[in-house]
Amino acid sequence: MRAFAHHFSFEFRSGLRDKNQMLMNYLMPLGVYALLGLLMTQINPVFMETIVPAMTVFALLSSMLLGLPGPHVAAREAGVFRSYKINGVPAISILAIPALTTALHLVLVTAIILLTGPLLFGGRAPSVWLGFGLVFLAATFACAGLGVLIGVISANSNATVLWAQLIFLPSMIVGGLMIPASMLPEAVARIAWLLPASQAMNAFQGLAMGIPGAVRPMLSVGILVVGGLTAFLLAAHLFNWDSRSDARPPRRLLALLALLPYVIGMFLLA
Amino acid sequence: MQILHFEAVGQGVEPPQTFAVRLASVDRRVIAGTLSGTLGWRPKNNLGAGGNLVTESVIEVKDFRKTYGDFVAVNGISFAVEKGEIFGLLGPNGAGKTTTLESLEGLRVPDRGEMRILGIDPTHQIRKLHHLIGVQLQTSGLPASMTVQEAMAFFCSYHGLAPQYELLDRLGLGERQRTQYGELSTGQQRRLALALAMAHKPPVVILDEPTAGLDVASRVELHAIMRELQKSGVTLILATHDMAEAEKLADRVAILLRGRIVAAGSPRDLTATGAGMTKISVRTEGSSLQAGGVSFPAVTQQTTKDEYAVYYSTDPGASVSAVLHHIEDQHDHLIDLRVERPSLEERFLEITDGGSR
Repeated sequence: MRAFAHHFSFEFRSGLRDKNQMLMNYLMPLGVYALLGLLMTQINPVFMETIVPAMTVFALLSSMLLGLPGPHVAAREAGVFRSYKINGVPAISILAIPALTTALHLVLVTAIILLTGPLLFGGRAPSVWLGFGLVFLAATFACAGLGVLIGVISANSNATVLWAQLIFLPSMIVGGLMIPASMLPEAVARIAWLLPASQAMNAFQGLAMGIPGAVRPMLSVGILVVGGLTAFLLAAHLFNWDSRSDARPPRRLLALLALLPYVIGMFLLA
Repeated sequence: MQILHFEAVGQGVEPPQTFAVRLASVDRRVIAGTLSGTLGWRPKNNLGAGGNLVTESVIEVKDFRKTYGDFVAVNGISFAVEKGEIFGLLGPNGAGKTTTLESLEGLRVPDRGEMRILGIDPTHQIRKLHHLIGVQLQTSGLPASMTVQEAMAFFCSYHGLAPQYELLDRLGLGERQRTQYGELSTGQQRRLALALAMAHKPPVVILDEPTAGLDVASRVELHAIMRELQKSGVTLILATHDMAEAEKLADRVAILLRGRIVAAGSPRDLTATGAGMTKISVRTEGSSLQAGGVSFPAVTQQTTKDEYAVYYSTDPGASVSAVLHHIEDQHDHLIDLRVERPSLEERFLEITDGGSR
């Protein structure tokens, strides 16, 4: 337990010291939140209804998909995990602790959004706080799993960016953050169910914000939880201590199985 | 005048012979040191001096082979390291030293052969070894933002120990405790890795190029620490291509070349064999060695320089024995005797054909 506490404490401080993590955990989500809060609410007043969940999901994507995988790849490539292995640091700690500390940073950012969204920009506050907490936990778990999985399967930092952007960019465009899912063409809306962001926005809408039009929001929560679990299990299975390790050749295609819960969700929700 | 008794057990002196060497000058300690230190002759009344009786194998490697694709990194090597020994793996880059050590540390999986550390198989039982081995890897790192102090606390916590900050002082990192790993110099990073390897006081320490990048003072300090560890019963295995370091520190060495052990033994044994000439310079009170027609076994060349008779020998033990017998027979007195062996580096170059083999 002492070892876990030391590890957690170090990883949390590391997130504050590392400029890239600071950018992805705090500066980017809060900067975009401030910008959209000032501009989008003027351009599109409907955005005020969803600014809190949309910016929460954006913060989630930024920290978990763009911020979390990079340090994992960098540490593996620098031989940090080799040192960890020799000194008895378990693989589960390497995978779980950075996800937990990133989640803690995310809680702080989400708290800022929750507090200031209604006050500064006239945004709609959650009507069911328990529901907000539940969806937040499920979405964080799902995105953390994907972030950790991207870190595990990426051969280098360039690959990390590529994999992360494959989820991040579509999420921004069709994930319901900027444009409500109801305004998307039917085919695009159907494909958008493959994204955790869409599932999270649907669940927030139905379980936390009291906005009508959500499609089976509890199912979205279930998909997020199963998706997160699948991603974490795959990450643990594919985890490599060392990029030069010869013990087990990487089978990166297996990582595509992480999409399976979302594919099933697409058929159930569409 | 002082008479010292020696038992000659070196090369070419079989069975062991006993000598009573008459020492005439104030240099007697130098001469005694030459006979015992360079040739391996033991002062007869102090046979156990400096010797540790070691019989227990702590590290065992049998027929270890490791390939990377078509490249054979290590090709069926075997060796054992005994308790309290400092064992050196020597060889040029790519010889297989690091592969061998990393397999012992459980980081690589052997293609063939057996490895044991304290009876534990590192490939399949690495968890049992965590607290028993301390490792300084050649290519390893810590998170760039981790401070020296945090690193000590972090790794000690995984060993269930309180942080051993005094080790940081010992290794000259006391004033850098709040410095992040990424801001340390290469030498400081290596010293930190060493401190972490030793923090949990493991009975076996594995060091890969431990002094690479260290300044002279740090290197001397590290050597002293390694000696201290050895005295406390710790077994050390180190890979290095610094021959002088190996010659100075290691009780035994194995020279690896292209994945095979091409020579093994104590540095003294290794330098005592081979075709390298040993220079023997002798000065006596009288002129017993200046007389014409005096020849000694294994001496291929002889000359005089200043007041010294100088012999080049392929078997210094036999030559020195004969010279000392001659001096004794002639009732002459020895003033100075110097034996200069080929260094381990010269021997290594000979074994490896100047490194081209």
